[in-house]
Amino acid sequence: MLELKNISFNVSDDKGEKEILTDVSFTLDDGKFLVITGPNGGGKSTLAKIIMGIEKPTGGKIFWNGQDITDLSITERAKLGIGYAFQHPPRFKGLSVRDLLSLAHGSNLPEDQCCTYLTSVGLCSKDYLNREVDSSLSGGEIKRIEIATLMARDLQLAIYDEPEAGIDLWSFNMLVESFKGISKIRNESMVIISHQERIMKIADEIAIIANGTVKKKGPCDEIFPELMSQFDNACSFR
Amino acid sequence: MNNTELNMLKEIADLHEIPQGAFSLRKDGESVERRSSENIIIEPKKDKPGIDITVKPGTKNESVHMPVIITKTGVEDLVYNDFYIGEDADVLIVAGCGIHNSGDKKSEHDGIHRFHIGKNARLKYVEKHYGEGEGTGERILNPTTEVYMDENSFCEMETVQIRGVDSTKRDTVAKLQSGARLVVLEKLMTHGKQIAHSNMIIELNGEDASSQIISRSVAKDKSEQVFYPRAIGNARCKAHVQCDSIIMDDAHIRSIPEIAANHCEANIIHEAAIGRINNDQLLKLQTLGKSEEEAEEIIINCFLK
Repeated sequence: MLELKNISFNVSDDKGEKEILTDVSFTLDDGKFLVITGPNGGGKSTLAKIIMGIEKPTGGKIFWNGQDITDLSITERAKLGIGYAFQHPPRFKGLSVRDLLSLAHGSNLPEDQCCTYLTSVGLCSKDYLNREVDSSLSGGEIKRIEIATLMARDLQLAIYDEPEAGIDLWSFNMLVESFKGISKIRNESMVIISHQERIMKIADEIAIIANGTVKKKGPCDEIFPELMSQFDNACSFR
Repeated sequence: MNNTELNMLKEIADLHEIPQGAFSLRKDGESVERRSSENIIIEPKKDKPGIDITVKPGTKNESVHMPVIITKTGVEDLVYNDFYIGEDADVLIVAGCGIHNSGDKKSEHDGIHRFHIGKNARLKYVEKHYGEGEGTGERILNPTTEVYMDENSFCEMETVQIRGVDSTKRDTVAKLQSGARLVVLEKLMTHGKQIAHSNMIIELNGEDASSQIISRSVAKDKSEQVFYPRAIGNARCKAHVQCDSIIMDDAHIRSIPEIAANHCEANIIHEAAIGRINNDQLLKLQTLGKSEEEAEEIIINCFLK
């Protein structure tokens, strides 16, 4: 179980201190699929980075299966089965897609398994296995490979930061199906930051984060219709 | 051969034993073993140290291994090797030099290689440099390479120097006739107080000659690297020069790509970049369970692969 207790995150610049997250608390039970949504700049990505350990909170605690992980490094959290898909994945000169999937998996990944992961994100595996994860890949291609790296891991909690960004409509359909599959078959907890209606619809729970606080959180059946009805007035969450 | 010598052979030529085919082994400034094959003749030079390697026209899928090892301190070796690759041949040449210096005097190997590549011939040339030994004596390698390419010939050169060489100055000159294509891949890593300089002049003299130069390097600690590749288009031709370096610690890198066109249809491009390891790359590998040090090693190994 993931438990966030009174998480806050402040940054300071020339103009003084700014609050990005204020007193964020929630829990996510094992195997549950949570979509975090809300207006841009509301603190969603920062929260995802705090869970992975990429950012350190200025206040509050994070517990994973009862263990306080607030001061654990990214590497230590990864070893506890927490994974994170970057919104803007980095590129690597000389590293092939197959190498990257094998690194994610923790050992040399057989070709057929690589192909399964690539196919599930809408990539034709034969064209991509030996390609380098460098600037020759388009934004959409690298995003899909990033998602495949999480699928290649044996995770207990997977965090995806806007997985749909840059992905075409056809591949997006396949991606939604893949997320459905993961949540049903793998008993893996998932946190997906998304603005996409179709991803929200398949979640167990939805949390709305705006202005650095959790405005609402609850079962999908409850939050989703309410959210849709308020789309005409997006400012109501601000 | 003792273990030190065998280890150096493995490092520079990936050899675990004396290979099949044409072979030449030079040790501590002297030729110790030499073997020709039916189509590849290796002969010693009469007027100076070194060998002539002649590949008969039409020879296909054969290889020449010609490692050089220096095991003593204070050895200064200068050698001239000429390669004559016959028309329509297709061969692999694996050269390399390993220095084990456990004394306090410098050990140096300067190899002057000249390649004459015949019409339609194809050559792949691999050269690895490696140094080891606990002595204070410097390990120095200064290779000079000249490549003369006839019409429609192809040459791929891969030069690798990953560790243990204190000082190196590499000079490469290539002259390409019509339709010839030259691909150079240079990989270099320096550490400690090592110094590496690489100068290159590629002259594209014939119509539709083309060249691709890729240099990838990593400079660590207080090491210093200088790259000066020059591509000169004297006819309708294409050339692409790319120098890409990762800088770490207190290292220094200078990259001075120069391109020149003396023909209105010469198409020459250069790209050069020097930068530290991207923080997001480290973070990404950490999210896969790697430590920062492991992540750094993976990034460097892939970059120099």
